[in-house]
Parts: sequence; structure tokens; C-alpha cells
Amino acid sequence: MITVEHLTKRYGAFTAVDDVSFTCVPGTVTGFLGPNGAGKSTTMRMISGLTPPTSGSTTVNGVAFRDLPNPGRHIGVLLDASAQHSGRTGREILSLSAQLLGVGRKRVDAMLELVGLAGAPEKRRVGNYSLGMRQRLGLAHALLGDPSVLMLDEPANGLDPEGIFWMRGVLRDFADRGGTVMLSSHLLREVEAVADHLVVIGNGKIVADGAKTELLHAGGLYVRGLDAALLEKALTEAGLSVQPTRDGGFSVAADAESIGRAALAAGVVLLELRPADSGGLEEMFLRLTSHPDAQKDAA
Amino acid sequence: MSALATPAAGTHRPTRTSRPSLARLTAVELRKATDTRAGFWLLAVIALVALGMVLIQMFTGDAADRTFSDFLVGAQLPVGLLLPVVGILAVTGEWSQRTTLSTFALEPRRERVVAAKLSAAVLMAVGVVVASLAWAALANVVAPLVTDADGSWSFGAEDFGRVVLFQVIGMLVGSAFGLALLSTPLAIVLYFVLPTAWTILGTTISALETPAEWLNYQATTMPLIDDGGLSGTEWGQLGTSLALWLLLPLAFGLWRVLRSEIK
Repeated sequence: MITVEHLTKRYGAFTAVDDVSFTCVPGTVTGFLGPNGAGKSTTMRMISGLTPPTSGSTTVNGVAFRDLPNPGRHIGVLLDASAQHSGRTGREILSLSAQLLGVGRKRVDAMLELVGLAGAPEKRRVGNYSLGMRQRLGLAHALLGDPSVLMLDEPANGLDPEGIFWMRGVLRDFADRGGTVMLSSHLLREVEAVADHLVVIGNGKIVADGAKTELLHAGGLYVRGLDAALLEKALTEAGLSVQPTRDGGFSVAADAESIGRAALAAGVVLLELRPADSGGLEEMFLRLTSHPDAQKDAA
Repeated sequence: MSALATPAAGTHRPTRTSRPSLARLTAVELRKATDTRAGFWLLAVIALVALGMVLIQMFTGDAADRTFSDFLVGAQLPVGLLLPVVGILAVTGEWSQRTTLSTFALEPRRERVVAAKLSAAVLMAVGVVVASLAWAALANVVAPLVTDADGSWSFGAEDFGRVVLFQVIGMLVGSAFGLALLSTPLAIVLYFVLPTAWTILGTTISALETPAEWLNYQATTMPLIDDGGLSGTEWGQLGTSLALWLLLPLAFGLWRVLRSEIK
């Protein structure tokens, strides 16, 4: 369980995280989504006690991080897989933390086995690891203390498709056993496949927070007509909220009847009118997190 | 896909955990200081330098100076020059390699990590003195066989205490510089440059002569490895200089580490 309440972090005049509140509950995978620089990592650093917040509070299993006795036994944290001493071997890094956590050598063996680094890779220095191997080691490190909560920052970075599929399986399995998982990403597709719950952050503010299925439907309906310009005009004149998609259609936050009537009145031939698919989430993601730069990119 | 079948975690029962003891944290810090190539070889070089000094003394100088006490004390200066670098690296290595991210996520009470690092530094200093003790003993056994030597074993617990204190002080000053600067090159350069600059200032500017006697940590620690112990004034000078070179950077460094953002 992770609870974040009215969390704010300011750096001078810049507000990196602005009054953020959300909860990650046991048994679920929460995807923490946002474009680069939205405040994801800053939020995660505040949860793990590495960055002092300007105001607000966070707890893990109901306790402030600093007050957790041996926090690694409660929450496994992976913030940056590359932040390991390049001169230590994979096994040595896990063994050091195992000593601190008070878990035995068997746990180190099991975790190396789990992430597929057992054998020759564990004896290599981390400086020679690929980013994908570092992510695997990072996940092994986070799981080492047998915690009930996992918090991972961009864990799929550098993993190959097989590795991403594998990691989803591990995280899903962890949550299905009653664990709490929070993972961040700037790639919607990556999180969509594994998360039950989505928290979307843009410019330091939470812009969406809800069950994945709920947010998917918030994408509204998808409509495409023979004459895109005319259709857009008709929908806008009907007072509907219209968002163009990249394939010439529109996602519209309205019911099918209103859209159909607006199209009929304007005499536009409709080619498609259906609930927005998962692509709708992507539109939402772009829309909710858009700022002047992002809009330029999307255009 | 066999990995999927392996349990990723246990049963998630709420576990009652206790804080890792300071002894356990210290053991982890000791291991960290020696499990990298840089850390291991630095300590190995220090041991070899101590051996080299003992050998040099065996074949140069007066026969009367070839005693256990002289062998031991002679090894301390070069060791004392290098040992603080171990203290610096033990601290700044965490920042340069960004391992602070996991170190402080596993022990958010950062003052405990600092305390463990300082304890590990003290233990390493004691360890190095004990190692040089072994070299000196070996030399004192061998010297009379291969050359003219006094071969005297006279050496008191108080002498041993002063030698240990000398190395522990150097190690702690190094660690304090590391904590205050959190950068390996900066800490190493300033550790060597600042006391030397201070010495030069003290000898060239006559008005600074007396303050220099009380604040020049390089000079005030020297009596610790000289014969005959320290006078009351010398203890006083040692204390005052350590307030400046040890306590000040330590306090600033602790304040900096406790309140800084770990990235």
C-alpha cells in the first residue's frame, strides 16, 4: 500500500510536483504515467525518502518511509538501474544488500535465478552489463527483501520484447499474490498491458486517476467520416468536444446518437462510429499531458 | 519461461522487522570499502608501502635505529598519507557511483549510514596499524640476522595508542572532507592542498605563526608518532586543530548529507 497526500515539491519558482494525491492498493498494479519531466521520478524519490517534499506526505503500508524499520523488507525500490557501482559483480551487489536486509544467501541465489542472471552473468561486473541486464538486477534487488510493495521507475527501459513480456509476468504475479505494484513509464502501451489502475501526471499535476477500464471508456467514441473537415465542423457546431486523431477520425466525448444526428444534419457520410479502442487512451494521454511543446510534437 | 513459475515473492504477510544494527551497517560498509578493485588495491598498496618503508629502514640509517618501535613508527608516515584517501573514497564513491540511491532507500536514517561509515573507517585504520605491527615485528626478527641492528622490542601500550590515534585521526579527517565535499577529486585535492597552503601561509606571514601552531593539523599530529609523548600544550594544539580540520567539515558534511536530495 502506497499513499500519497497533497505532495508538493518546489525548486525555487519551479513546481515539479503540485499537490499530488493518489493511492496504490494491494493486489493491483498501478501505472504511473506521464511524459518526461512530468514529475514521476521526483514523486517516487519523495515516497522513498530520498527527496524531502516541500509539503504533503507519503506513507508505505501506513508508515512514513523514514519510520519503516528496515524499509527494504516492506518496499522494494528501483529508481535507476544504472545507479550501481560498476566495479561490483551482480552477485556482490545483491549480497551486500542481503547482508543489510538480514536475508540469507539462498534468497540471493533465488533472485538471481528468477531474473535470469544466475550462473556466468552474476560473476560479471555490472559495468559490463547491458541496460536490460541492469534492469533485471534492479528487479532482483527490489525483490530481495521479500517486500509487500514494489515501486519501479521505468523498469522496462532497455529490456527487449521478451524481457518486457517476462517482467509483466513477474509484476502481475506479484500483484496477484496480494502485493502492491507501482511502476512508472512514459510509454502508455507498456503500462496498459499490465496495469489495473492508472495515475496520469502532467506538469506536476495529476490529470487522471482511475481504473484502466474506466479511463479507457473516458476516451469516448471514435468517429470517422468521408469528409473530415465537414464532420469536425458539424460536431463542433453541435457543441460536442472533438479531438482529432492521427488517422483522420475524431474521438468525441458524447453518446452515439448525438454524433449520428450531428453528422446527419450536416449530411456527412460516416465510415466508422464506435467506442474508442485502447488508442483512445493514447489520445487521452496526449491530451491530458499536453503542454505547448507536446502539442507541437503531436501536430 | 521457467522464471515465471518461480515465486517472485513470499506470502506478503505483514512482517515484523527490526532496524539493522549499527554493527551490521558497519560490516556492510567495511565490505563496500574492500569489494571493489579501487578499494582493494588502495588497501593493498598501503600494506605494501608499509612493508617497503620497513625494508628501507632495515638497510639504511643507523643500526641503533633498527628497533621494533622505529620500524613501526617509520611506516606510519607514508601510510598516514594514503589512508585518508580510503576514508574519502568510502564516502564520495557512493555519490560518484550514485549508489546512494539504494543505500539511503535501504536505510533512510542517513545519520546511521554516516555513523557506520565512520566506524568502518576507524576499524580500517586500526587494522592497518595492526598490519604494520606485523611487518615491524617481522623486520625486527629478521634485521639482526642480516645486518647490524639494535633489535630492541621496547614498546608500550601508550606508544601503540598514539600510533593508532594518528591513523584514526587521518582517516576521520579524510572521511569528513569526503562528507563535506561529496566529490572524489575535489575532496582528494583539497585534503592535500589546504593543509599545505596553510603551512606555507603560517611560515611566510609572521602574524600567522602562533595561530598556525594551534591550527596546523599536519604539524599538531606529528608529536603522536614522535618519541616521548605529547605535552599538555601539544594535546591542546592537537585538539584545537582538529576542531578546525575534523569537526568543522564533519558537521558541515553531516548537515549536507542529511538535508540533501539524493538523485
